[in-house]
Amino acid sequence: MKLITLAGPPSSGKTSIAIRTLQLLREEGLRAGVVKFDCLTGRDGERYRAAGLPVLSGISGNACPDHFFVSNIVDCAAWGHEQGLDLLLSESAGLCNRCAPHIRGLYAVCVLDNLAGVDTPFKIGPMLKTADLVVITKADIVSQAEREVFAHRVRQVNRKARILFANGITGQGAWEIGQLWRDAAEDDELTGGRLRFSLPSAVCSYCFGQTKIGHEFQRGVVRRIEIPGLETGGEQEQAQ
Amino acid sequence: MNPLLDDPSLGEFFRLNGLPQPQPHVRLDDYWQGLAWQQRDLGGWTLDSLADALVSFMAARNDPAGSPVRLCSLQILAGQAKDGTPETQDLNFLPGDVVCIVGPTGSGKSRLLADIECLAQGDTPSRRRVLVNGLEPDPEWRFSSEARLVAQITQNMNFVMDLCVGDFLCLHAESRRLDDPRAAADRVLAAAVDMAGEPFAAGTPLTQLSGGQSRALMIADAALLSPKPIVLIDEIENAGVDRNRALRLFVEKGKIVLLSTHDPLLALSGSRRLVIRNGAIAKVVEASPEDRRYAEELARLDRGMATLREAIRRGQAPAEVWPGLGF
Repeated sequence: MKLITLAGPPSSGKTSIAIRTLQLLREEGLRAGVVKFDCLTGRDGERYRAAGLPVLSGISGNACPDHFFVSNIVDCAAWGHEQGLDLLLSESAGLCNRCAPHIRGLYAVCVLDNLAGVDTPFKIGPMLKTADLVVITKADIVSQAEREVFAHRVRQVNRKARILFANGITGQGAWEIGQLWRDAAEDDELTGGRLRFSLPSAVCSYCFGQTKIGHEFQRGVVRRIEIPGLETGGEQEQAQ
Repeated sequence: MNPLLDDPSLGEFFRLNGLPQPQPHVRLDDYWQGLAWQQRDLGGWTLDSLADALVSFMAARNDPAGSPVRLCSLQILAGQAKDGTPETQDLNFLPGDVVCIVGPTGSGKSRLLADIECLAQGDTPSRRRVLVNGLEPDPEWRFSSEARLVAQITQNMNFVMDLCVGDFLCLHAESRRLDDPRAAADRVLAAAVDMAGEPFAAGTPLTQLSGGQSRALMIADAALLSPKPIVLIDEIENAGVDRNRALRLFVEKGKIVLLSTHDPLLALSGSRRLVIRNGAIAKVVEASPEDRRYAEELARLDRGMATLREAIRRGQAPAEVWPGLGF
């Protein structure tokens, strides 16, 4: 079974692109399914089901979605094998942009939309930097010049990735994406495999459910903003 | 790999990544040693990932996006209509050609533009095949948007970036690795203002341009800055843009222009027009001397309309500038 990770900012068009592409692949005889990782509620599972694609939805809730992803992907892959899938797409929204769900040796896709600012590719971090394919959506409503500048910005961050413009509404570009997904790697070596980028350690008191504001409620590793002229206790401290 | 971080263009790399600017003559290893761990931790950097990010940044600069080939001809081999009836004619376009596409809404004008955009190889509903310089294009080009040969201008497009015109054009010129991006940006701006009728400046925010100004800037940019040798235009609406001047700009730059339009002035301004019916190219009309005379007369009327528009906006009565109607 091919396992592909698909990541990108919320509302960039991941699900629309995925549905268009997987429907084409299904017409070519491939059995494709999806695992969708969301942070709070999400209705994308229903969209996949409505498109006739087997889907597993996971809500990370209090946990960081990328940690949730890596703690569960092995079981999800097992589910995919059980379903007899030829291709399992793991879709997750990048939330804080610090992490990426991409796995070494498996095909990694990042979806960005062209309405984002010119500096966005630099803010997206590892889910863009370590991707094999970058799909740019919503380019039909921006100028040709902005497309070219945006693609250049993406290349400045990730020179190795393929860049494709696609339209999740009309399906333009989905055929090309599908052909690339057909050639994606198999997932045989998942256990013992490695993420392409480390996930941060979540060890402050807020990670464990604290809601009260103020220094005395902070535990663990606390990073302080630098404010000129104001003593904030250094950039980093180990609170008790 | 331990490069010297002296290249002035790297300043932007450190700025965009929120890292401190390197001291003069410092090498990557020493720069890395000098970073506080918090700064390294901020982007999840390692020495290797920082080196790799620098290579990416420089590669994008040294290997500008461009057309993979010098385009000498573009051929469209006949396909079929929606009902399967074969098209009768192959077409060959050369640099500087302006080809107008006419036909009712839904007749298949956009399909033809899309076939060219994706370099169709008999695998679209029209079954047309597109040849570049007489050869089947490298299949790899389909899988890289930057290798595509086509720039597009449509009615749905807007500028959305929060930048002023001058900075944006500079950014586009830099992405092409032009020697003097500022001068290139100035040329585009001058050409756009020339077409737009209403002047705007380098400091005007992109998002504040009027419809006509935006369209003029898109046209000037596609003609002068875009590396794409083919320009597909889905209707240039009459938003005060000097459409003849726009077409001349593309011709001077040796672009192949395909223009889908309902506007008789534009439709008669091309060297050829394709009449689309039921998904097929039903007729190819070479522009006759008579067509050209009509186009000239329409252009004259169009200029009259522009003068009238201006006069009315200034508060004048129409008869002051256009008394000829004889009411």
